[in-house]
Amino acid sequence: MLSRRLIPCLDVRDGKVVKGVRFRDHVVMGEIVDLALRYRDEGADELVFYDITASPEGRSVDRGWVERVASVIDIPFCVAGGIRSVEEARAVLHAGADKISVNSPALERPDLIDELAAAFGVQCVVVGIDSLRDADGEWRVRQYTGDPSRTQALPRRTLDWVAEAQQRGAGEIVLNCMGSDGVRQGYDLEQLTAVRRLCQVPLIASGGAGAPEHFRDAFVQADVDGALAASVFHSGAIAIPALKQSLRAWGVDVRL
Amino acid sequence: MSVVLVDAGGTNIGSVRYALQRLGVDAALTSDAAVIRAADKVILPGVGAAGPGMTRLRELGLVELMRSLTQPVLGVCLGMQLLCERSEEGDTACLGVIPATVKRFVEEPGLRVPHMGWNRLRPHRDHDLLKGLADGDWAYFVHSYAVPTGDYALATTDYGGEFASVIARGNFHGMQFHPERSAQVGARLLKNFLEL
Repeated sequence: MLSRRLIPCLDVRDGKVVKGVRFRDHVVMGEIVDLALRYRDEGADELVFYDITASPEGRSVDRGWVERVASVIDIPFCVAGGIRSVEEARAVLHAGADKISVNSPALERPDLIDELAAAFGVQCVVVGIDSLRDADGEWRVRQYTGDPSRTQALPRRTLDWVAEAQQRGAGEIVLNCMGSDGVRQGYDLEQLTAVRRLCQVPLIASGGAGAPEHFRDAFVQADVDGALAASVFHSGAIAIPALKQSLRAWGVDVRL
Repeated sequence: MSVVLVDAGGTNIGSVRYALQRLGVDAALTSDAAVIRAADKVILPGVGAAGPGMTRLRELGLVELMRSLTQPVLGVCLGMQLLCERSEEGDTACLGVIPATVKRFVEEPGLRVPHMGWNRLRPHRDHDLLKGLADGDWAYFVHSYAVPTGDYALATTDYGGEFASVIARGNFHGMQFHPERSAQVGARLLKNFLEL
């Protein structure tokens, strides 16, 4: 059967991988190709590159680094950030990306999902969703989360948006649970479980990984297909080979 | 050795071309019938849907040409499905060199469609295309339609039942997964194809 996927997420700025609070205090971590190869060698199942400056600068992703990554990497990768049209998506896919991920632009204009699916097939189209629980207990979608000064809470319920995105042609959903993001206390299992119930396409958990057990819980309890993480992988706090050994020992099927 | 990639409009052509470069082969991207006919190896990549894929081959006047090729041919992902007789996807008549009908996966609890991610290959018979492949080696899949298993299946994969993940009949071969995105396993299988 299909294995569960471990997916490091790399923030890209000006062709380099950076870390830091988004839009502030960026530290350059290294060359994008070097880090991509490092994760490939460690056994990452897939990579996500998030062009953090594309969207606020009102431009699409720089094709140059996408081509460089595509030419050396032999595992799948997805590119996110600033993709607002079929033409922009086509440029990224033709540069060698396997999938493109859309978030805020799909909220601005949901037809974008239909257009991308019609042009490239649902398997290329990932919809990223930033979600937070409101005081009334409902999970709702946030927009423009890349820029704290622009982030907006939408009236749209997360569960409704998941259903609509699938119906429009999302081939995969990445659910970033903002309430658990950055605190390393584990993925938001309650929210992931609720989304899983109505999500027939692959579901990727994002936000909260801090320990190997958190990955196990997301896979076993919330039945997600993949788990995305950034800081715990970048810092070396969790090494992918050891994590995969642990997951195997817990009965989670992963590629070794 | 001349290797050509048939330009049928798929978005993964760049990735396949890079994978061949990593193996030391510069493949030409072409839709020119004479160039395809003269090549030592022909690869039909493809991401997208069966209907538009066949329409593109028809518009380029390549349908009969592809069927009549005698050198080793490899279809990748949608390219493999196009080698079959028909696809349920848009009820499309395909090239018909592999006696099979491509069928959609049926969603059920725990079975997500598309089938997306790493899954195991199970070799079924000896073939030079599978040299060095071990039972259970991993490959990367992204697809919603699949070729049922049959005597053309060199390897199968389990996803709500077995489907054909590597096929061959005469000089025609197919891989449902993406060898260009399947790490060392994929590179080995592509190399095997180049050495057929």
